[in-house]
Amino acid sequence: MTARYGRSGRVKPQGDRFETAVWYLMRLSGLGLFVLVLTHYLILHVIHDPAEQHASWIAEFRWSSTFWRVFDWLMLMLVLFHAFMGVRVVLGDVSGGRAPALLRYGLYLLALVLFLIGTQVVLTLPNVVPSA
Amino acid sequence: MLVRYRGAEGMLAWAFHRISGVAIWLFVILHVIDIFLVGYAPGTYDSLLFIYATPPGIVMEWLLGAAVLYHALNGLRIIIIDFWPRLTRYHRQLWYINWLLFALVGIPVTWVIFGQFARSMGWWAR
Repeated sequence: MTARYGRSGRVKPQGDRFETAVWYLMRLSGLGLFVLVLTHYLILHVIHDPAEQHASWIAEFRWSSTFWRVFDWLMLMLVLFHAFMGVRVVLGDVSGGRAPALLRYGLYLLALVLFLIGTQVVLTLPNVVPSA
Repeated sequence: MLVRYRGAEGMLAWAFHRISGVAIWLFVILHVIDIFLVGYAPGTYDSLLFIYATPPGIVMEWLLGAAVLYHALNGLRIIIIDFWPRLTRYHRQLWYINWLLFALVGIPVTWVIFGQFARSMGWWAR
């Protein structure tokens, strides 16, 4: 397939519908993460000191409102998509074309496991101290 | 690569974007697992939290912030150029604006993070 260029000479997204959708979704998730991740870092690394964020602090204070749980869940989904699809691009470049299927499916499987365990904790952690 | 291919700003912007992206990906894997421990094994989570207050922990935290900030700003630059291709003419200026914003945000954040470090070492009173 010949590369398609925009007026600027920049390569336009090419390939099938899936690849084009991923191209747009990378930018869309990137915009979302610009807001979510910078806010997350500002609150948890600048305003609060991470060394003081014990499990009880997260359960009783940080995740005491539905807003922050939804915020973190949305960030989890966007970051997993963006990071794993980004690494897929890197692997493709390293292997000169498309990454081997085994590697790609391994990547998707890891993303799925992280989605499941992350979702489990953000949606079900009780607001009472789970101190052990 | 950086030595052999004498590319200019665009190539450096690309290389930094890749390096920071892969670094953030590695941290995200670690971070989802450690937050999972808050529910699954809170005692283990609490006993590992001290790592954030050690000198290597603080430096890693600071580098993570730098990687996130660079990747965010440069990503915005990529989006701007993708959707407004005429601005490609000013890609170098956009790259310098990135570094200006990076310094404007990064310097006060650096001050705060190493301030937390100094307090945890007892160099500064609370």
